[in-house]
Amino acid sequence: MKKDEVPQDLGSLGKITKEVCYATDSSGKYVTELSSGWDVKTKALDVAWDDIKKRVEAAREQVLANNASPLLFFMEYRLMDISILAGYTGFWQWQIKRHLKPDVFAELSDKKFQIYADAFNIKVADLKSMTVHED
Amino acid sequence: MRIEFEHRQSAHCESGVTSNLLRSISGGKITEPLAFGIGAGLFFAHIPFIKINNGPAIAFRTMPGHIFNRTCKSLDIPVLRKKFSSKEKAESFLNECLDNGHPVGCQVGVYYLPYFPKEYRFHFNAHNIIVYGAEPDKYLISDPIMEFPTTMDSYQLERVRFAKGALAPRGHIYYPKSGVDITDEQLKQAIKNGIKKNANQMLYIPGSFAGVAGIKSTGNKIKKWRDKLGLQKAGSYLAQLVRMQEEIGTGGGGFRYIYAAFLQEADSLVPGNQLSDVSVMFTKAGDIWRTAAVQAAGIYKGRIGSQEDFDVMGDYLIEIAALEKEAFLALKKIKWR
Repeated sequence: MKKDEVPQDLGSLGKITKEVCYATDSSGKYVTELSSGWDVKTKALDVAWDDIKKRVEAAREQVLANNASPLLFFMEYRLMDISILAGYTGFWQWQIKRHLKPDVFAELSDKKFQIYADAFNIKVADLKSMTVHED
Repeated sequence: MRIEFEHRQSAHCESGVTSNLLRSISGGKITEPLAFGIGAGLFFAHIPFIKINNGPAIAFRTMPGHIFNRTCKSLDIPVLRKKFSSKEKAESFLNECLDNGHPVGCQVGVYYLPYFPKEYRFHFNAHNIIVYGAEPDKYLISDPIMEFPTTMDSYQLERVRFAKGALAPRGHIYYPKSGVDITDEQLKQAIKNGIKKNANQMLYIPGSFAGVAGIKSTGNKIKKWRDKLGLQKAGSYLAQLVRMQEEIGTGGGGFRYIYAAFLQEADSLVPGNQLSDVSVMFTKAGDIWRTAAVQAAGIYKGRIGSQEDFDVMGDYLIEIAALEKEAFLALKKIKWR
């Protein structure tokens, strides 16, 4: 890539920091050049987030239909799979799988609710009511 | 407590942390491309059966931690590294290092990194930053991918040092011990070793999912994605490939440009080995990776999407595989002078 071809399309990272690219100058020597973003990768990131939004919405519907507990919703919302959630909570994966059932979830102790709320960085009330505050 | 430390932005977090931590020891000799090359950072792997964020698990660089380890090892620099089971011990050890005047590398997860844009927060646990001082309520942070130094309070830092999931950092902290000189002879030998190691890992790694063979095999897989996954999901897979290739800290072209910069710099340190000719080949490889990314973007933007478009995409990777194979064979065959 030549230095003057380093893309300068403003992406979400570019608003906070420019990133270093390696490119060649007119004599073919490598130099570093700052880039504020590249449309090709901005769009790739958009695709990833669109997919996540769809999964979050699908999870919300599962919870509303009483097929899953709000844990499923917040797992998708926080991009966590069962193993990551197990890491943050200290629960076994089989326990989390049980807690994904609405009737089991409803009977959880306050202590367990708090552990989940901390893992998702939300309040217990919001966990139970599936409420999201943008952060 | 403030330590003499100069923040320098780099393309890639680990090679940036490595070269920034080694700056005072090496007198600035170890630039980011040198750290990347000596650490044999260039790689490709497409791991079957594993999904990351519901997409393919593709990497363009070697395992996290390898660049720092290999660079220090080949330069005979003793390293101190520690992981912790207790958050309190992790913090008190960090404070001790800072009190003793050592800036330290920390492995962190990016999901809860407060200064990262929201769009970039995934559960990726192999990011690297330098902590170079503490003030009463905050730590001074040099994140090599950021233009300027930043800060985190102790809760924020603890949270990212104890991020959970794959490659959980467990408070991982490391720094090179000082009081070591790097001689020119050592540097030359380290460059040669790094090149040999990188050629071996790209040419001879067993199995078909990594190295140059892996690039070719992914090229062939991509041609089948449209039928196998449907246009939408195939587009998401390609978007993931492009993100791994170009997103934060690859220097562009899936690290191929950093590697080309390394070979060019190495050519002036170990002259007479035609390294700058091979550097040009890696620049070309990086350019084709970028061209392939543009083709992929056409597909995930929905502008194109026929089977022929996927074939073109796959063929780019097959072309790259052939080119990188030729380049690494040229490196492998060098009779060092």
